[in-house]
Amino acid sequence: MQETRSIAAIEQELTEDFAMFETWEEKYEYLIDLGRKLPMLDASFKTDDYKIKGCQSSVWIHSYHKDGLVYFEGDSDAMIVKGLVSLMIQVLSGQKPADIVQAPLSVIENTGLSSHLAQTRSNGLRAMIKQMKLDASVYGASSPQ
Amino acid sequence: MMAESQSGYNVETIRNLFPILNRKVKGRDLIYFDNAATAQKPIQVIEALTHYYSHYNANIHRGLHTLADEATAAFEATRHSIQHFIGAAVPEEIIFTKGTTESINLVASAWGNTHLQKGDEIIISSLEHHANIVPWQMVAEARGAQLRVIPIDDNGVLDMEAFQNMLNEKTRFVSIVHASNALGVINPVEDIITLAHKFDALVLVDAAQSSVHLELDVQQLDCDFLVFSGHKIYGPTGTGILYGKKALLEMLPPYQGGGEMIKEVTFEKTTYNELPFKFEAGTPNIADFIALKPAVDFIQDIGKKNIHAHEDALLRYATEKLETIDGLHIRGNVANKVSVVSFTIDDIHPQDLAILLDNQGIAVRTGHHCAQPLMKRLGIVGTTRASFAAYNTFEEIDIFAQALNKSIKMLK
Ligand SMILES: Cc1ncc(COP(=O)(O)O)c(C=O)c1O
Repeated sequence: MQETRSIAAIEQELTEDFAMFETWEEKYEYLIDLGRKLPMLDASFKTDDYKIKGCQSSVWIHSYHKDGLVYFEGDSDAMIVKGLVSLMIQVLSGQKPADIVQAPLSVIENTGLSSHLAQTRSNGLRAMIKQMKLDASVYGASSPQ
Repeated sequence: MMAESQSGYNVETIRNLFPILNRKVKGRDLIYFDNAATAQKPIQVIEALTHYYSHYNANIHRGLHTLADEATAAFEATRHSIQHFIGAAVPEEIIFTKGTTESINLVASAWGNTHLQKGDEIIISSLEHHANIVPWQMVAEARGAQLRVIPIDDNGVLDMEAFQNMLNEKTRFVSIVHASNALGVINPVEDIITLAHKFDALVLVDAAQSSVHLELDVQQLDCDFLVFSGHKIYGPTGTGILYGKKALLEMLPPYQGGGEMIKEVTFEKTTYNELPFKFEAGTPNIADFIALKPAVDFIQDIGKKNIHAHEDALLRYATEKLETIDGLHIRGNVANKVSVVSFTIDDIHPQDLAILLDNQGIAVRTGHHCAQPLMKRLGIVGTTRASFAAYNTFEEIDIFAQALNKSIKMLK
């Protein structure tokens, strides 16, 4: 069960997945595939309220809170970014608010994806992570445990 | 692969002048197709910069010493070379700025704030770069004037009939891009100028994209202002040109106050320096303007016509190759274009393409190209744009087409 694994453990596993690929093509194909398999985000969440301003593509993140855990869903109009959304959801969805807020999050930098997109320095990705952490901190404050 | 088609045009000799073209990106030879954003610099330009700083760095127009004399002479030599580059009557008509953006802001502010009245109209087009939209919006708002926009068809061609209907006695200024940076489409600026002048409206031509490709003669065009950026004509960044008819420039108030632009300063009153210095307050970008001259020389030595013929052949070759790709749509697919090919592909986001192409050592531009209203008009989020320069080759286009096909396969 995903809920029982820590953020660090999931990141470690994903990093190992990417490490299996030797060429940039394989890494990107894997990422694109992750994007493709991301469950559809309900159209009602694909509005400006859920939109995160990136530089060229749009990202939508919707979160909800259940039994003390935070869940994320998301989408992007660009496939590679959607793969990154999928990665972040795998890492953060179903975790405790405090764990999400405190997570150092190294997975994307450790995938070996060379694009500027895949570095936390890039605005789009940073904005996405910031929003996910912000959502988590709001849920954390509303149900302190 | 096609053989070089221009007799006497030796692309290898030209490439050897550009050190950056030896670079590898992601383990491959760099293919630089983002020339509409900025052109690479030939060695003469790079050397002129280091030579200036190593041999005669000095402030200009004021010192009475050898270094200042040499620097002033070199700086003013660039003004003469730009004068000839665009066929201006006298060197005082060439004002040095930071870039196209500052040149437009200078005109919008100096002219607009002194001449625009409530209810006056300014005309721009749907093809404009934000640099030729926002300054006019700002001054129109401040002065109660109205901004009107010439519509285009789906291929980015101006609706000239709509333009003619738009002109009236309230039209005071027309600011128009010569060649669209997003699509490459060339506008009929000669006709626009003639028509606008019938209503005594002034015309500014944004030649940021055309200056490097097309022969320009401001006297023949009869434009009132013409602006462009040195960095797009193989010169350094931070060098902008504003051409203005002398009588107009003399009539306009200064844009900024400070040193260089004054004749005499007392606390009661300051008298301004003559042209072009009236518009060049403070220490200018001496080094970069000095190094702009070898960039102009580079173009003149090969001949703009010869470069244009080469680029045009590249454009046609690339267009043919791209048109065979399933689901690819060239935006602005018209005959009269500068060497820009802008396209969208069904169900593929331009950002994905840019990332995958970058991984194959190819630099293209994706996005809205600082022309959001144009993208909105075309109903797209952005395009992928490949733009060609003097040093690009047919082989590079072959590699680009292969890389593009590979990227599409990965994304579909
Ligand atoms: C048509 C056009 N106008 C204006 C500009 C602005 O030029 P700069 O950024 O050099 O001031 C550009 C540059 O991309 C352009 O292509």
